[in-house]
Amino acid sequence: MKMKTLTTLALTSALVAGSAAADLVIPDLSYRTGPYAAGGTPFSDGYQDYFNLLNARDGGIGGETVRVVECETGYNTERGVECYESTKGEGALIYQPLSTGITYQLIPKTTADEIPLHTMGYGRTSAAAGEVFPWVFNYPANYWDAASVMVNYLLEQNDGSLEGKNIALLFHNSAYGKEPIRTLEELAEEHGFTFTQIAVDHPGQEQKSQWLQIRRERPDYVLMWGWGVMNQVAIQEAANVGFPMENFIGNWWAGAEHDVTPAGAASDGYLSLNMNRIDTSLPVFGQIDSMVHEAGNAAGDGSNIGSVLYTRGMYAAMLAAEAIAKAQEIHGVADVTPAMVRDGMEALEITNARMEELGMAQIGPEFSVSCENHGGSGLGIVQQWNAADAEWVALTDYISPQDALIDGLIAEDSTAFAAENNITPGCL
Amino acid sequence: MPADFYYGIEVVLNGLMAGVMYALVALGFVLIFKASGIFNFAQGVMALFAALTLVGIMEGQVPFAHLINATFGTEIHHFGWHVPALLAILLTVGVMVIFAWAVQRFLFRHLVGQEPIILFMATIGLAYFLEGVGDLMWGSNIKTLALGLPQGGARWIEDATAGLGGDDFYGFFIDKLDLVATLVAIVLVAGLIAFSQYTKHGRAMRAVADDHQAALSVGISLNFIWILVWSLAGFVALVAGVMWGAKSGVQFSLSLIALKALPVLMLGGFTSIPGAIVGGLIIGVGEKLFEFLVGPMVGGATENWFAYVLALLFLVFRPQGLFGEKIIERV
Repeated sequence: MKMKTLTTLALTSALVAGSAAADLVIPDLSYRTGPYAAGGTPFSDGYQDYFNLLNARDGGIGGETVRVVECETGYNTERGVECYESTKGEGALIYQPLSTGITYQLIPKTTADEIPLHTMGYGRTSAAAGEVFPWVFNYPANYWDAASVMVNYLLEQNDGSLEGKNIALLFHNSAYGKEPIRTLEELAEEHGFTFTQIAVDHPGQEQKSQWLQIRRERPDYVLMWGWGVMNQVAIQEAANVGFPMENFIGNWWAGAEHDVTPAGAASDGYLSLNMNRIDTSLPVFGQIDSMVHEAGNAAGDGSNIGSVLYTRGMYAAMLAAEAIAKAQEIHGVADVTPAMVRDGMEALEITNARMEELGMAQIGPEFSVSCENHGGSGLGIVQQWNAADAEWVALTDYISPQDALIDGLIAEDSTAFAAENNITPGCL
Repeated sequence: MPADFYYGIEVVLNGLMAGVMYALVALGFVLIFKASGIFNFAQGVMALFAALTLVGIMEGQVPFAHLINATFGTEIHHFGWHVPALLAILLTVGVMVIFAWAVQRFLFRHLVGQEPIILFMATIGLAYFLEGVGDLMWGSNIKTLALGLPQGGARWIEDATAGLGGDDFYGFFIDKLDLVATLVAIVLVAGLIAFSQYTKHGRAMRAVADDHQAALSVGISLNFIWILVWSLAGFVALVAGVMWGAKSGVQFSLSLIALKALPVLMLGGFTSIPGAIVGGLIIGVGEKLFEFLVGPMVGGATENWFAYVLALLFLVFRPQGLFGEKIIERV
């Protein structure tokens, strides 16, 4: 009996001490192992390092320390859901699962549990309709924006006309890969280009058939929706068949350093989208290096700092931190709840002045969120790989998508979802 | 002849080359299954581990650096030297031999006499264990394999055949890496056959494959033969890992190449080296032709589906595969 009482006391003290020491709980559903680790690791490093920087530099957010709870999903949907279930009880404020498959499973769960879900540039595109998906946010841009930005870039390159051109989409044969098809079909009709769909089986290690087809049909441009090994193999195969790299554009999940380096010099000139800028001279990187990495509190070994996906993870963390700060401002308390964070996300406004203040001037576009629009501005830049210098170079400023078309598609899809699920659209 | 006819031939040629790549993976499965009756689920991970080890040794990477640094607060990553490719290959083969010994000593020695399903389950555990060890030893980042293997289309073949089917035919595309893989596969199979036919240990290996107990009764050490077979499978895994890793970089999805070997094994038989080759060629040509002819009508991405449906048909009508041994159980 005495032993049992002591154990209970010890456990209670540990729990109380734990919650008092770290009030803002941010789960990191990462994947540092398995076939997709090369993409998951830098993102997670950037995500965690930014929160560690806030703790070291600012004492957390609004005076409350941030506690990151990492859970390994291996990019596996079932394990991602297990991670959600095992971490939500710790007082999780926001989830960013970095997986479209996990996102689809978490949308009904987070909605029922009233915890906000942020799927930055992935997940269910029509979740941008905040009146139907009040707990899901996908700012600053989504897949349909990406498809439209690509076409707008190509319009710029072709004096405003794509009439008679042939544009192929090389896509991972999954829900993720098929996301831009509807948008591109609409854009093909509007701009008069031929749209060819070329599917690649998971995981994409063998793409000979697809690239022989591209070699036969000679499309003017190839757009790519890939992830993991599919990207590296596609870029190598494009080089093998002699497809011009400057006519090959990947989306923002097909444009990191590890996507191009295996093909070596042959990948020079490959294009991809990005939703944020890559600039290692930003003051925030110096702060992370000195206050997090050198202090021994970095999530990784420091080798990823400044890379494409590290920067995106850091940017995602900054957006989460700003939403939490906004929630603290709205509700006048530092120790916010998930519902308060949702309010902060819905009232979020990212300005150039604020980004500069944070030491990451113009890292992303300016945008604001509202109850009706959880998707942000939808802007994207086109970047090009310079193999000799091993760096991505921004070719363009932020390009806008065709808002009228994208908004119409989002309204159509979200209305259908609301009807299927007996949801009455409205603001919370 | 119209251009489409020649493009069809191009698809067949590339299917044959892809089939060789599949067969390279399937060979490792066959070696172990033939000698010990174990379906080695870890063969794909062995290819990954061997390729990771090769790159790690070549680049002078410190194994378990992350673990060492986290434990002792150090910052070591590289020894500061680069090992020549040939020496690195030899050292990697040495690592795979040690791995084979460890598998026998610490795993299968304790499972002698167990049901095949238990042994299969053990290899699933081995696959996860090895993947974790590979991650700890060499890290999870994508590595470039700098063996100087040729990449890209063989231009002289393209130039020599361009225009055969009119202006719309651009010549046959044949990947130089696939040509190298074909040569390597021929040498590998010839070497394996010569080893098993003309050497003492090869004959002992065949004796064990035919009848364990009879082999034991004439003084053949089962333990040694199984280490030998797992070492050979490790070497074959290294070759497969190098060839596939040259296409995509050495990364953890390499372990998934085993998925490509399964239909090859079902078709060619689990116990035949020529079966693995012929099975690979049939699957390679079949899936590529199906994608070329039928793919556009059904939305594409038919290759995995076709390979497994073909394998399923064989399972129904010829369960032992084309070259497998017919199972006769006497009661």
